[in-house]
Amino acid sequence: MNIFLVIFGMTLATYIPRLAPVFIVDKIKLPNWINQWLKMIPFAALGALIFPGILTIEKELPVVGLVGGLVAVVSAYFKLHIFYVILSSIAAVMLMKVLV
Amino acid sequence: MTNSTQNYTELTHSELTQLNKSEFTNNRSHFLRGIVSAFPIVIGYIPIAISFGVISLQAGFDLGSTVLMSMMVYAGASQFMAINMLLMQALSIEIIIATFILNFRHFIMSMSLMNKLNNYPTSKKVPLSFFITDETFAFISLQKEDKEDTNYYYILGILIAAYSSWVLGTLIGGLLAMVIPPSIGNSMSIALYAMFIGLLVPAVKNDLKLGITACLSGFLCAILTLFINSGWAIVISTLLASLIGSLIIKESV
Repeated sequence: MNIFLVIFGMTLATYIPRLAPVFIVDKIKLPNWINQWLKMIPFAALGALIFPGILTIEKELPVVGLVGGLVAVVSAYFKLHIFYVILSSIAAVMLMKVLV
Repeated sequence: MTNSTQNYTELTHSELTQLNKSEFTNNRSHFLRGIVSAFPIVIGYIPIAISFGVISLQAGFDLGSTVLMSMMVYAGASQFMAINMLLMQALSIEIIIATFILNFRHFIMSMSLMNKLNNYPTSKKVPLSFFITDETFAFISLQKEDKEDTNYYYILGILIAAYSSWVLGTLIGGLLAMVIPPSIGNSMSIALYAMFIGLLVPAVKNDLKLGITACLSGFLCAILTLFINSGWAIVISTLLASLIGSLIIKESV
């Protein structure tokens, strides 16, 4: 697979939605239900990206990813900065690998 | 060096007569003001960009394409997702479609932002639009509606600072990956999931329906993964769960 093809395609896929409104902002009005749908997409995407992928970070042991994820949830819940959320989660995974 | 200095002096001398000098310095100070005020975004971007650089190189991609991706695609979650999907042997087209779907929200953000900046000509809005991200959108949208805060060069300063920190962080991460031992590097594959969780949890705390949508999507994705490859599973479950989630919202409002 050509990585440059992927990058080029992704560039178009991210830039076109950002650029198009420059030209059409005054011309269209999306129906409300589509607006609502679009608003939910980031959250649904995050859900699908997290699960079940998180179980596969250690192939034989899904529990490693699960614990790493739980640590991230708890530290994010207590409003830690995203940098510390990531760090604590990495630390948890390293610890799990030693223990299990 | 001497040459360019001369050119610069020549340029300023020749243009000084036509150009309003105070206007010129004014634009520059607005631009610098934008760069300084982007500090919260920069602080947020650098660790994530570093993680991206590290993960991408640990996954086997070279430094050049890793930095190129940050320069061209400039969309955090999609870039992590692309690395992830490439590792799962997803097809290029699946990655591109997933990127499009994941980033289509920027269409809405751009609509709102371009509406706010509608006193600027198209030629100025085109370059701005490239730099729209969740964070820059939120930041600029929350600026006051006055002349200072919707100043073109001020906004450009914010956007350029955020973009530079993303690209630079990726480069730093890529270089770090070369010295970080693989055992730590392997544990860093959790980083992207931790970042997704870190983005999701605060939103869910504010609105439980978002959490229900995300859980539904993860559940659908887990089921779909049994039958189709994970690239399409992510795309389909995202579209389905967000549609269902948006219908739940409609009902409860």
